[in-house]
Amino acid sequence: MKTLVYLIIGIFFGIVMYKSEAASWFRIYEMFEFGSFHMYGIIGSALAIGVIGTQIIKRRNIKALGGQDMQLNPKAMSISRYLFGGILFGLGWALAGACPGPMYVLAGAGYGSILIVILGALIGTFLYGLLRNKLPH
Amino acid sequence: MNPWPWYVSGPLIALVMFALLFVGKQFGMSSNLRTACSIGGAGKASDFFDFDWKKERWNLIVVLGAIIGGFLSANYLSDHTVDINPDVITTLESYGINSAGEAYLPTEIFGTESLSDPKILAVLLIGGFLVGFGSRYAGGCTSGHAISGLSNLQLPSLIAVIGFFIGGLIMINFIYPLIF
Repeated sequence: MKTLVYLIIGIFFGIVMYKSEAASWFRIYEMFEFGSFHMYGIIGSALAIGVIGTQIIKRRNIKALGGQDMQLNPKAMSISRYLFGGILFGLGWALAGACPGPMYVLAGAGYGSILIVILGALIGTFLYGLLRNKLPH
Repeated sequence: MNPWPWYVSGPLIALVMFALLFVGKQFGMSSNLRTACSIGGAGKASDFFDFDWKKERWNLIVVLGAIIGGFLSANYLSDHTVDINPDVITTLESYGINSAGEAYLPTEIFGTESLSDPKILAVLLIGGFLVGFGSRYAGGCTSGHAISGLSNLQLPSLIAVIGFFIGGLIMINFIYPLIF
């Protein structure tokens, strides 16, 4: 039953990514060129609702299904990790024109070349795992 | 068949995040890459991948759903054109990318015939590499930091998102002219 819920959330997410054009290389390029409000509107409106909803959950202490706490754990503070990691991610996001969610969506949409991007992402993740003790965090 | 405007899409993304919170999970797409490495046996090479990946199976189901969602959208719900800013189209044409407005992804980069071009192959592979390395280094990607983390007012996520844009702007303004 829970599996079906995750599957439906995923299908819904995939359709939203494709139909919003957040999965389009062109929209990502246009965003970094500040050429349109579209992507900023998507992220901004998601955040406006996200911030309000998250505050309501926290203040009223709303629990997840089954009475467990919601997964709203604070992230450990650091600057170098988020800044360096973020910059590397941004370079890749603009080069491939896709971030992880849309990668899977585009694979389903039938763009075979995205599998090369996913392969690269797996190699990158693996190499991070090997090198992470040597990196500033 | 028209694309959805931002004011429909953004709230629906927030809905995805809340749906996952309500079933006791969190919205984060790049962690599936770590899980995939773990399934592939990377735990032998680094303890970073030595964890019980079966606990992350729910997120792989979400990925399976996203793949199905992409298939359904591309085949039944979209006409595949993306109506971007004409000035941006002009800039792209100066890079030899002429498929703007006619395709969902640039055929010059994502077309099957482009895979025989070593430069394009490198763009795809290195682009993916940086996304994978960077998202794990930063502890999250667009979904984990820009949506979930900022919704929870996390300063680390704000630093990460600023990093995303520094990296993206460097790529578009300084590296694109060298590549294309």
